[in-house]
Amino acid sequence: MDYLLLQMLNGVQLGLLMFLLAAGLTLTFGIMDLVNLAHGSLYMMGAYIAWTLIGWTDSFVLGALLALPATFLLGIVVEAVVMRRLYVRDHLEQVLATFGLILFFNELVRVIWGPAGKSIAVPAFLNRTVEILPGVPYPAYRFAIIVVGAVVAVLLAWLVARTRIGMLIRAGASNRRMIGALGINIELLFSLVFGLGAVFAGLAGLMAAPLTSVKIGMGDDILILAFVIIVIGGIGSIKGAFVAAMVVGQIDIVGRAFLPDLLKTFLSASAASSAAPAISQVLIYVVMAGVLVWRPTGLFGQRT
Amino acid sequence: MKIRLFGTATIAALAFGLPAVAQTPIKIGFVSTFSGPQAAIGEDMRRSVELAKEHLGGKMGGVPFEIIYEDDQFKPDVGKARSEKLVQQDKVNVIAGYIWSNVLLASLKSVTDEGDTILISSNAGPSQIAGELCNKHFFSTSWNNDQTPMAMGQYLQEKGVKSLYLMAGNYAAGKDMLAGVKRTFKGEIKGEDLTKWPDQLDFSAELAKIRAAKPDGIFIFYPGAHGVQFLQQYVQAGLKGQIPLYQVFSIDAITLPQQKELALGTLGAQEWVNDLPNDANKKYVADFKKKHGVYPSYYGAQSYDSIMLIASAAEALKGDLSNKDKVRAEMKKANFKSLRGDFKYNTNQFPIQNFYIQEAVKDPEGMMTVKTIATAVKDGRDPYYEKCPMK
Repeated sequence: MDYLLLQMLNGVQLGLLMFLLAAGLTLTFGIMDLVNLAHGSLYMMGAYIAWTLIGWTDSFVLGALLALPATFLLGIVVEAVVMRRLYVRDHLEQVLATFGLILFFNELVRVIWGPAGKSIAVPAFLNRTVEILPGVPYPAYRFAIIVVGAVVAVLLAWLVARTRIGMLIRAGASNRRMIGALGINIELLFSLVFGLGAVFAGLAGLMAAPLTSVKIGMGDDILILAFVIIVIGGIGSIKGAFVAAMVVGQIDIVGRAFLPDLLKTFLSASAASSAAPAISQVLIYVVMAGVLVWRPTGLFGQRT
Repeated sequence: MKIRLFGTATIAALAFGLPAVAQTPIKIGFVSTFSGPQAAIGEDMRRSVELAKEHLGGKMGGVPFEIIYEDDQFKPDVGKARSEKLVQQDKVNVIAGYIWSNVLLASLKSVTDEGDTILISSNAGPSQIAGELCNKHFFSTSWNNDQTPMAMGQYLQEKGVKSLYLMAGNYAAGKDMLAGVKRTFKGEIKGEDLTKWPDQLDFSAELAKIRAAKPDGIFIFYPGAHGVQFLQQYVQAGLKGQIPLYQVFSIDAITLPQQKELALGTLGAQEWVNDLPNDANKKYVADFKKKHGVYPSYYGAQSYDSIMLIASAAEALKGDLSNKDKVRAEMKKANFKSLRGDFKYNTNQFPIQNFYIQEAVKDPEGMMTVKTIATAVKDGRDPYYEKCPMK
């Protein structure tokens, strides 16, 4: 029972990280109708910027807090310089241009930070365990990710559901042309949304950094999963992204925690270990396919 | 062709006013990982190769030599392509290096069979090459993958550890490592996880499984950056002090600067340790530390040995490495001062050597390092040499 709880928490932690990444992606895709492959680069930049700032300030929390406005600024600049030109283009051209951005950012990181990759240490005050239930210890840093992720999710839900900006975002997601016609400053809204997405991606990147490592291309693999999440959840829907991220997080953990042992009952250890992650990957796509058959616009997508 | 080459050499000698006896410089290719999260390992190897060059005065058997480094980017396909480039374009006499078993396995054939070039592995030792795929062009200055974990397993068996949980990356070396520890450790295996390699750096699911399985010890194989992550997460999960960790290749001079005190007291096995008391090793470790301010690792020591092995053949042949059969015959004698102490080559051209148990400690200056605490295996042979058709 404890074991199950621990594994579920691991799934929640992973899911929340994925949600932070997917939230920005679903907003830019849903509202701005922009396919941004370079969203993973913002995740990477968040981690690298945090690494530098943590070095300067000698404090994880301070460095991380300073990295957030920095990634926001980076997002605004990228939007103004590159993305703004792409809104009127079709998706294929957006894919090409943002793929170019991935190469650009990977090379930029190589030039600034070198090819070797960096590591961010877990802050000392979180380098221990917390007892989530009596006798069930859980790593404090992972628990902190869950807390931060949950707080951000609630804030975002409040922002989208209860504020004027949120109203515009929702309106933009369902009918972009109409809000433009109503005299809303679309350019400002788009900059803001893109910057917000960059902050979430950067936050995910810097929080994941102590668990994995800061390296070139770290956002590229996780980006595909983020796209799957927004498709399952429904493009443009924050609620959908949240639910889908939780589902994907749990599937991934099940694949790593339970499938290998199940498979080992009839496969060799090595084959079982190779097959389990593959099966859980496939399972994620099966879920996506199933959802799309049942609801072609995703779980919480706008009906057309 | 020969005449033309000779002619060119003569012209070059005349033009640059070189001594009339023009010798072809010896070219050595060195393939390792110089970019990405594992670049620290490649850097340690490069430093050691450069130190070997310095100790040799830039010459082998009186002939100057150059080293061409190539980055495998931690990818088998890139490693293969870079190796082919060294053979076909640079026409090197010998290729050394190779951290990763999967990179080595991908590259071996194009170097030794198609390229007819001698390859010295400075680290990777996949079981296939020790056994049925053994190759007269292949020499190792490291070990077969199974051997180091076998030493660890034997030590734990003798110490009376009852059960283990095994973890490694799911690739050629990881499978060999777990096979190795199971050869000598006869207690209960409470669980075994081969994790996705090299993508998986988050071990939360596995650590939760270990907590539930309650083994007497955990045995891991996670080289370089992966070892840093594993140890951090093992400590964060509160397992340190509850379930002891035993490791191979996961706590060393590469990882300790990042693992720091978290590693203190952890035991591992190795064929070379920085405190081995032979003269060649003392000089190597002292010079390396003076130059770089850090301890060298076994990756570096094995790379240093690779260069010294080539040098021993070049000395015997007066710098003429053109006859491959003669070069191999000389290399097979292992007639050089290895940093681990003298060793002999087995029939499959892997060393017959000792393995030691080492502990992560702080040196008097407060720097993290490892020290020898016991000899686990004397004159160990790998378990595959009898499958090798070479005699």
